[in-house]
Amino acid sequence: MSVKAENASGAAQVAEDEYAPDQLGRFGGRFGGRFVPETLVPALDELTAVYEEARSDREFWKEFNFIAAHYVGRPTPLYFAEKMTAELGGAKIYLKREDLAHTGAHKINNALGQILLARRMNKPRIIAETGAGQHGVATATVCARFGCECVVYMGAEDIIRQHLNVVRMRLLGATVVSVESGTKTLKDALNEAMRDWVTNIRNTHYIIGTVAGPHPYPVMVRDFQAVIGEEARKQILNDEGRLPDHVIACVGGGSNAMGMFYPFVRDESVKLIGVEAAGRGIETGEHAATLTAGSEGVLHGSHSFVLQDEYGQVMPTHSVSAGLDYPGVGPEHAYWKEIGRASYVTVTDQEALDAFQWTARMEGIIPALESSHALAYVRKFAPNLPKDQIVLVSLSGRGDKDVDTVAELLKI
Amino acid sequence: MPNRLDATFAALKARREAALVTYVAAGDPFPTVEKTARVVLALAEAGADVVELGIPYSDPMADGPTIQAATQRALDAGVNPPFVFDVVRRVRRESQTPIVLMGYYNNVLRIGLARFAQEMADAGADGVILSDLPPEEADPWKTEADARKIATIFLLAPTSTPERIDAVVSDMNSGFVYCVSRTGVTGVQRDVPEDLHRLVTSIKNKTNLPVCVGFGISTREHVKQVSSISDGVVIGSRLVEALRSNAGSAEWETTIRKMVSEWKSGTTTKENHV
Repeated sequence: MSVKAENASGAAQVAEDEYAPDQLGRFGGRFGGRFVPETLVPALDELTAVYEEARSDREFWKEFNFIAAHYVGRPTPLYFAEKMTAELGGAKIYLKREDLAHTGAHKINNALGQILLARRMNKPRIIAETGAGQHGVATATVCARFGCECVVYMGAEDIIRQHLNVVRMRLLGATVVSVESGTKTLKDALNEAMRDWVTNIRNTHYIIGTVAGPHPYPVMVRDFQAVIGEEARKQILNDEGRLPDHVIACVGGGSNAMGMFYPFVRDESVKLIGVEAAGRGIETGEHAATLTAGSEGVLHGSHSFVLQDEYGQVMPTHSVSAGLDYPGVGPEHAYWKEIGRASYVTVTDQEALDAFQWTARMEGIIPALESSHALAYVRKFAPNLPKDQIVLVSLSGRGDKDVDTVAELLKI
Repeated sequence: MPNRLDATFAALKARREAALVTYVAAGDPFPTVEKTARVVLALAEAGADVVELGIPYSDPMADGPTIQAATQRALDAGVNPPFVFDVVRRVRRESQTPIVLMGYYNNVLRIGLARFAQEMADAGADGVILSDLPPEEADPWKTEADARKIATIFLLAPTSTPERIDAVVSDMNSGFVYCVSRTGVTGVQRDVPEDLHRLVTSIKNKTNLPVCVGFGISTREHVKQVSSISDGVVIGSRLVEALRSNAGSAEWETTIRKMVSEWKSGTTTKENHV
């Protein structure tokens, strides 16, 4: 059955097929759901209802699209990476330039959609978790723009490695709370944000930054990020007159990949490839490749894949990129892996660092370390493809935030 | 044989007493089976009617700082579900006090629903509270638990709507309803919320199951207040703190027993109880 996917431009047509989740937000009847303390369930019911209403409300999308155009700078360009293509000697490489969106990454798309929902729910206080700081900055930005109080939870370790974004959030008027529990990274920031939410549920909306968490977050965040793939799909059809053969994006929680992939999911000829962080190598155990090396479990409210031990304790992860350093992954990715609709590969810290420098010199673009994982895979993959194939890559964010980390690692 | 929980609540009702339910994190402050069992036995002997034994989990999102720290220390000491089952087994050699395991769903899911339920039954545990398993996700687990007469205890919160209260109580067939006293995580608070009685009453109107109140209760005065409107009181963080700060002393057991019996005395003054 061929059904057009719902799109963020207004004509929300919900497709009823194997890709659609059930009423409880489960993909394939299995991945997703809502595993949260009772206190949160009524708030999730409310959010689901408000979102369902907004989703089919033209006025909502009109406002979203207006702000996306005039404030965020959408549509972001689709850029033919001519030098990269020539150097690799294989498929044509196109970069979807989410790094050029306001605040420097795709995260703003979701933050914008959710703050509009928070206004509909009359919730004046906003909380968020952040790893690399990009989602925190995006949330702090929309809170400044709409006059909401903003509290961002960030792991103590990430606060050190992404200092620039901490300063940005503070300049934007947000309170950044250092999370000292557990592994002091993204997963612990999520735990702490959940604890805040459960305490302040009545006046607070939690803007989760990725396609994980309890229903309706995975679906809702996907829909707000789908603008990436919708634009890219139109752009490539316009520029090349056909669909790409491969679409590639990095996967931590998986929001930029989901946003890029989703509008292509029903285009059966298009291969979707998610790139996970292999850190120091899968065999070392120091990685964040959840779909590649994890197993089924429940983390942060949904049933998906998790990096965990034999008793279900969530394992510490490692990636040079704070935004990918997460032991869970969105449930829809787990489902797509399961049914074979997308494939998931890995790239090490070193390969990502090499791609970071290579992209800077080759195209004059400094990519985020997260996006560098997707680029590193392209570097390995594109040379083996025929020249008439097209590879579309999500360049999810810019690398300014990573300059200190890279300078230290490369001793520049 | 009736479930130990049901028998205990029936006996308490006959005596017009509320239940004192005490929580302790398995493996903290003592990371051995023998000593954790000793703690459970001391609680039971000093007056706890039900003991909740916390299963340490890496991501305890419903817990406040005290229990987070306790379960993290236990994890650091290598405590996992098999340890918890061993504690229950050890306690059962000396005591029939009902034991309820408290934790998070991922440990259960990973070990396997049937295997976890069977381990619980074999060890002699009576029920389980899984903080992140609401009734709409609980069917697969309940099938395994019910088959082995393990009570699955759900939580209700101040944000629970009447429809959700209905859904929760209709899904339960034994044990007790855990009423969360306030929006928030576990941890010591100064007062009992003023509107608590309204929540408890709305739950009690819909079920004959006992209703126990937890989160933020720490003093005999709290226990008295809550006992007058409910069937039981849960104390966790205060006890975890006390165990931690007295663990180094030879007198720890005396100190803990004294605290428990003082709390327990607050449950027996139920003049207004219906």
